[in-house]
Amino acid sequence: MEFNWILSIAIFLPILGGLTIAIFFSNNTARNFALFISTLELFICGYIFYIYQSSSGGIQLVDKISSWFPQEFFKVEYFLGVDGISTPLILLTGILGIVSIFASWNITLRTKEHYMWLLILQGAVIGVFSSLDLMLFFIFWELELIPMFFLISIWGTGRKEYSAMKFLIFTLLGSAFMLIGILLIYLSTGTFDMTKLPSEMASATLIIPASSIFLLTIIAFAVKLPVFPFHTWLPDAHTDAPTAASVMLAGVLLKMGGYGILRVSASMFPNQITEFAWLIGGLGVINIIYGAIVTLRQSDLKRLVAYSSISHMGFVLLGIAAISGPFGEIGLTGAALQMFTHGTITGLLFLTIGFIYERTHTRHIPDLGGLSLKMPLLTISILIAGLASLGLPGTSGFVSELTVFMGSFKAWTLFTSISVFGVVLAAGYILWMIQRSMFGPLPTRFNSLSDATWAELIPITILVISIISIGIYPSIISDMFSEGLKPITIAIEAIN
Amino acid sequence: MDTPVTNAHEIYLLLPEISMGILAATIIIIDLISQKKNILPIIATFGLIFPLYFSIQLSGTNEFAFSRSIIVDEFGLFFKYLIIVATAIVFMSSNKYATVFGKHQGEYYALIILSATGMMLLSSAVELITIYIALELTALPMAALVAFIRIKKSAESGVKFLILSAFSSAFLLYGMVLIYGFAGTTYLLGDHSLSTIISQNTENPDLVFGGGALLLAITLITVGFAFKISAVPFHMWAPDVYEGAPTPITGYLSVASKAAGFAILLRILYTSFDTYEIITDWSMLIAVMSALSMTLGNLIAIQQTNIKRLLAYSTIAQAGYIMIGLSAVANLPGGEDQSGPAGILFYLAGYLFTNLAAFSVIIVVSNNTKSEKLTAFNGLSKINPFLSAIMALSMISLIGIPPTVGFMSKIYIFSSAIDTGLEWLVFIGVINSVISAYYYLKILKAMYIEKPDNSEKIRLDTGATLSASLCVLGIIIFGVFPGPLINIAHNAVSSIIN
Repeated sequence: MEFNWILSIAIFLPILGGLTIAIFFSNNTARNFALFISTLELFICGYIFYIYQSSSGGIQLVDKISSWFPQEFFKVEYFLGVDGISTPLILLTGILGIVSIFASWNITLRTKEHYMWLLILQGAVIGVFSSLDLMLFFIFWELELIPMFFLISIWGTGRKEYSAMKFLIFTLLGSAFMLIGILLIYLSTGTFDMTKLPSEMASATLIIPASSIFLLTIIAFAVKLPVFPFHTWLPDAHTDAPTAASVMLAGVLLKMGGYGILRVSASMFPNQITEFAWLIGGLGVINIIYGAIVTLRQSDLKRLVAYSSISHMGFVLLGIAAISGPFGEIGLTGAALQMFTHGTITGLLFLTIGFIYERTHTRHIPDLGGLSLKMPLLTISILIAGLASLGLPGTSGFVSELTVFMGSFKAWTLFTSISVFGVVLAAGYILWMIQRSMFGPLPTRFNSLSDATWAELIPITILVISIISIGIYPSIISDMFSEGLKPITIAIEAIN
Repeated sequence: MDTPVTNAHEIYLLLPEISMGILAATIIIIDLISQKKNILPIIATFGLIFPLYFSIQLSGTNEFAFSRSIIVDEFGLFFKYLIIVATAIVFMSSNKYATVFGKHQGEYYALIILSATGMMLLSSAVELITIYIALELTALPMAALVAFIRIKKSAESGVKFLILSAFSSAFLLYGMVLIYGFAGTTYLLGDHSLSTIISQNTENPDLVFGGGALLLAITLITVGFAFKISAVPFHMWAPDVYEGAPTPITGYLSVASKAAGFAILLRILYTSFDTYEIITDWSMLIAVMSALSMTLGNLIAIQQTNIKRLLAYSTIAQAGYIMIGLSAVANLPGGEDQSGPAGILFYLAGYLFTNLAAFSVIIVVSNNTKSEKLTAFNGLSKINPFLSAIMALSMISLIGIPPTVGFMSKIYIFSSAIDTGLEWLVFIGVINSVISAYYYLKILKAMYIEKPDNSEKIRLDTGATLSASLCVLGIIIFGVFPGPLINIAHNAVSSIIN
């Protein structure tokens, strides 16, 4: 039994912190305590990132308790650990966790419940990224649902209850299929251990054909990512969610889908993922182009960013599809990079839009305009996020999209060529959006608006730093990703 | 083992049931002589310590009593614990509610205990006539309890329950008669019993019975018990009876009666009809009923506006999930371990805490608002955060979302079914879990999002607080650390499966 504590602390500190808030704190003091917990959490995640040795690779910082379940009946273990894929994503969760606390700085409605759900959500997501037992992974995967449901349906705007229910039903449906898949995997191989499963799956006789299990499990990830045609929950949920929930939703919850594809679908089903690479790539192209076209005609700022997320997640799929080609490793690294950078970029976009909305009380683009005169700092922030989102060199968006294209071009020349237009469309919708909302004449009713406060600048600064630093020096995380993806690429090469 | 005369040791083996009977009598006597009715729930609850103590004393034994008509084994004891705990929780949660019965409070508690005695007896009965008697002992007090509030709706429910109980007993009896007619025995276990006769004719058990009669008998018995566990298509009584009955009785019916029904069904099917040739038949029969129960129960529950009716349909659906475990028979190819039946035991224990938590809250809320509509829960989180948190946890457990016991039990049951090749049934099961999320979340939505209709304080009595807290502990502890309960369930099941 190995126990390093750090991952368990990273998961349970926010969860217990959230419960502490709910039980012991009043609405006025909850905010400071939540900030304290999430700051601590950011340091813990940073520490995990710092002490993970990417040179030696593999699974590190293991926490394992086998006696959790009676092993003779049900081989579920409490098994946590990180590798090169999950470590950066845990850092991302830590960053966006504190950002989401700042994003809800001015919440007045049922404050302590809000912070409680945010912190529990953060803990559950870190649990997803660090579980190495398939059932534990599933438990954390489901645990994240209820906090999100409440965050959207209580503090949201518009048709919040409808959107929350839609989010929940879609995700539950996806995970219902995944559950069958997980149980089939377990009953075929006799283990839930994700470190052993890739080799076990290759030798085991499966109860039903491997491609069926593959499709069952990937549906849940496709809903989460989201992949066309399972994407319809996302614009609703994003639009109606409060800012903090949007940041978490776009920033880390969508990444759970991509992470799941890499961790489960690609690692355990190397044959099937190459076999279905055409489908993944094709859906990726649909996501990119369809998402971008729909984004163009959005008039609500949040809905616009929501649809752009669908487009950007298409790049993750395209990068994963590159697995069947000669540069699979580059493609996968690009996909992983895209997940991380999209998390920070979209997080910043939602955050800034949330701050603007708090002032203007509208997100309807035709009603906005000239805001740069009144809020130059927020304009700079949305410009940086927007330019990174359209892939301007020097920002992290450029690095990840370029890496994806480099990886996928040889394998899927046509798909990649079409996808490049997604970047062009992105330039269109982002610049047009910024021009219409931030520049031009200022409507007189906006004359009294003020710029960002210090509490709003802190999360903006954190995100801007991570966007720029990865844009300039991508190997901070790309090395770690490609090290973590090595087992997958080796397995795929063995087949080809 | 086979002693013709009753001796002291046999009395000892039956002490849990006997002490229950004495407890019921004591309560009636105290009710007669004492004017203070508020001591009754306390005596009733603490009196349950005796049967619990005797049951714990008996753990580890595996003996026949009363000419092989009763067996004391881990399996029966598991259900005895379950029924005693359920009874205790119902007593705690209803101590305030029962005051409306005025001078009839004594009968209320005594009847519940008598019914519980029947259930405990049922879980250890291994002879067909004993089973039938135990079943009637369960059903008759229950019918009186259902009609206990003397209003039209409650009386109607009582009559419905009585008639349908009798109706289902008739099915059961017919099945038993067929078995006796062909096999010439009413014993399930031991020499010249059903299990030996059938296992001696493994190749073609129908020969003893004359073509198809055995199957008919099994079907009739299953139908008889399907009424008790409210499985589709024998579920029609449940919503009406649940709605009309006093709320604590509804909770009791949905948990304890159901557990006892599953106990005896498991025992009959697994001890006597466990030959491969017939297993495939009844396994499929139950699988189909399970699929119907889940689907119909969930779909109809969506439209309900009365919380008790909603939970009635939810109970029907939950019975469907439990029946997945029943059809995942260990003797089928692939099912080498007993995870199917063990899953049932685990599920029933988890369901006890989950459902009784919900009913504890409903009792308090409906007592204060005088309404059983879903709208009575509007804004409960503002009026009483403690109650609404308990209700929310219970609903989350019913959907099957971690970290609750409902999640663990569903996983366990689904896993056992896939193990025995019932992937299609699990498929229906998981889809149904998603459907059910919709109406369970409707209650969450009412409590946390809607505005309260009137912000009158809801007062919590000690008993309800205690019972709800106990249930919450059960939901969370077994949801996070299910290991011990899984071990106990497997231990219990291994005593009926060889």
